Amino acid sequence: MTKKVSYVRTEMLPEQTPPLTAAGPIAWMKTNLFSSISNSILTVAAIIALYFILSGLLPWIFHSSWAAGSLNECRDVIKEAYGPDASGACWAVIRERYLQLAYGFYPPFPGGEMNGFAPMEGASLPGYFRPNLTFILMLVALSPILFSALPRKMLWFSAIYPFLGFWLLWGGSVWVPVMAFMGFVLAGLAFQIIGKMFGSLFGVIAAFVVPVLWWIALSGYAADMMQSIVPVGLLPIESSQFGGFMLSIIIGITGIVVSLPIGVVLALGRQSDMVIVKALCVGFIEFIRGVPLITLLFVASVLLQYFLPADVTFDKILRVVIMVTIFAAAYMAEVIRGGLAALPIGQYEAADSLGLDYWKATRLITMPQALKISIPGIVSTFIGLFKDTTLVSVIALMDPIGLTNNIRGDANWNGIVWELFGFVGFVFFVFCFSMSRYSMYLERKLKTGH
Amino acid sequence: MSQVQKAAGLSDEIAIQITNMNKWYGAFHVLRDIDLTVNRGERIVIAGPSGSGKSTLIRCINALEEHQKGQIIVDGTELTSDLKNIDKIRREVGMCFQHFNLFPHLSILDNLTLAPIWVRKTPKKEAEEVAMHYLEKVKIPEQADKFPGQLSGGQQQRVAIARSLCMKPRIMLFDEPTSALDLEMIKEVLDTMVELADEGMTMLCVTHEMGFAREVAHRVIFMDQGQIVEQNEPEEFFNNPQSDRTKLFLSQILGH
Repeated sequence: MTKKVSYVRTEMLPEQTPPLTAAGPIAWMKTNLFSSISNSILTVAAIIALYFILSGLLPWIFHSSWAAGSLNECRDVIKEAYGPDASGACWAVIRERYLQLAYGFYPPFPGGEMNGFAPMEGASLPGYFRPNLTFILMLVALSPILFSALPRKMLWFSAIYPFLGFWLLWGGSVWVPVMAFMGFVLAGLAFQIIGKMFGSLFGVIAAFVVPVLWWIALSGYAADMMQSIVPVGLLPIESSQFGGFMLSIIIGITGIVVSLPIGVVLALGRQSDMVIVKALCVGFIEFIRGVPLITLLFVASVLLQYFLPADVTFDKILRVVIMVTIFAAAYMAEVIRGGLAALPIGQYEAADSLGLDYWKATRLITMPQALKISIPGIVSTFIGLFKDTTLVSVIALMDPIGLTNNIRGDANWNGIVWELFGFVGFVFFVFCFSMSRYSMYLERKLKTGH
Repeated sequence: MSQVQKAAGLSDEIAIQITNMNKWYGAFHVLRDIDLTVNRGERIVIAGPSGSGKSTLIRCINALEEHQKGQIIVDGTELTSDLKNIDKIRREVGMCFQHFNLFPHLSILDNLTLAPIWVRKTPKKEAEEVAMHYLEKVKIPEQADKFPGQLSGGQQQRVAIARSLCMKPRIMLFDEPTSALDLEMIKEVLDTMVELADEGMTMLCVTHEMGFAREVAHRVIFMDQGQIVEQNEPEEFFNNPQSDRTKLFLSQILGH
């Protein structure tokens, strides 16, 4: 018997809604929790494990004392409230010391006249006015970089913010950061003028040489001169008074902002056809990646002073920032190189065939795509850098970890461990988790394919 | 190898002159003693088995590949390692790739206006008008604000052609423009290319579309093992191939 094979559909089928078993909470549980016997066992085991962890942790967190003057007082309060066997967290230490954990030994009300600077702030301003203002302005300066929907004109504020923030925190003559900023203005001018006269290569060289000469030789005198004519200044604060999360954020954010462009340049240098440039970049990256950060920090804090002339002092925080930045930049370079390598060769060829030169092709075609591919790796490096800022406690800077030792040195709080580290860890988690979520937002936003 | 008679109506002006050109990949001799003169307005189809060096040949014309011996003169400028000359030639020579190579992070309109704005310094508004003109020409103006990933292969290739045209090139190179496309989409791309041919564009196409070659080309070049084996007018080339290698190739490609 032969089967009839010819068939013609006379009517197209309409679209239908899916059956109920494919949606709803029961279907969700079946597919996600109990899809097979072994998976069901794993689900139950995981729930039991979670129960044991949380049943130990949650009472400790919530059977706690927020108002006490010492660890012993804390224990008494908890015993009174939750029974003699209760053990709870002594959050009172955070309540008493949170300002110190946030700002270190930064003076809350810097006032008085000093070195001829008229005090611009008095007791009428709220405590920690300068660091708080710096922090708020930092959020303002970062927002146009993070969110492209905001007006692009705000980027001008982002450009001057580093100098403004430095002045607000460290104080001193306003002309020092202004003259430092002038160096970048001069770099731009030198690039324009020399570049037009002798070609872009000389323009780039001039854009490096001119500001460096300016900073080394002239900017100090110019700042002094302007200060003597128009004295504007804030009371200077020593770097040794900086500490707490403020210090972590200063080192972390500066490192993040500066290491990305350096990483881009290093990645391009490593891809370059020019042998010497390539060798320098490879050497730098491999050396920095091959050395532990702690070693670099020790070099920065101890050894560097031996090599510098005796009368040259080099701010300790600045030294640490430089070391953390180049450390992160080396990792960044490799992450970005991965992104560049992942681009199809056709993208480079298409850019070439349209007549774009190397810099335009890099800036408009390859680098934006490479950075987009590298977002997860870049943010991982950022998060690692931010957490690594706690290493500065080993060279006696008062970051939050360094301060925990300090607080435990107080007889009242001797023996307290979990609460302090728990709190510091929680704050770091908030920062790092925000970065992680932002990177996911960015990836979603930049997704253009289907 | 005799030079083919010029087709009627072609100008005497020379667009591309390749003399005794050789190229090696390491020790592998991919292009051997290539001599080729292309007149302005001439349309050439280059055919041959894979690995015969046909793609490499047209990629040498805009210096995506470097030749090691001989001379290539494009539009009166000799291709040397001088970057200025290379950029100058690339501005005048458009290229379409097998895999389109649109810029996935830019919208269609930005893909089209990027080179005119940054290379030719065209004002943005003017560049956008030109871009829309060419998008209409390739019949997809409504896709201007989409991203390449949202378009079909045939649409992407038409955008790629429009992107090249926005630079107002004097010569167009096509490197297997339809090889990565479904049958349904090949036609829409070929239609666009035929239209371009009708306007007198100088074209060099590496393609397996022999129907296109018959319809459009002034000359068909057959390459094998890095050499030009045979070249002729399409009618003669297909109906009366001379070399055994060409006959074999044609029997394989047209045999079914």
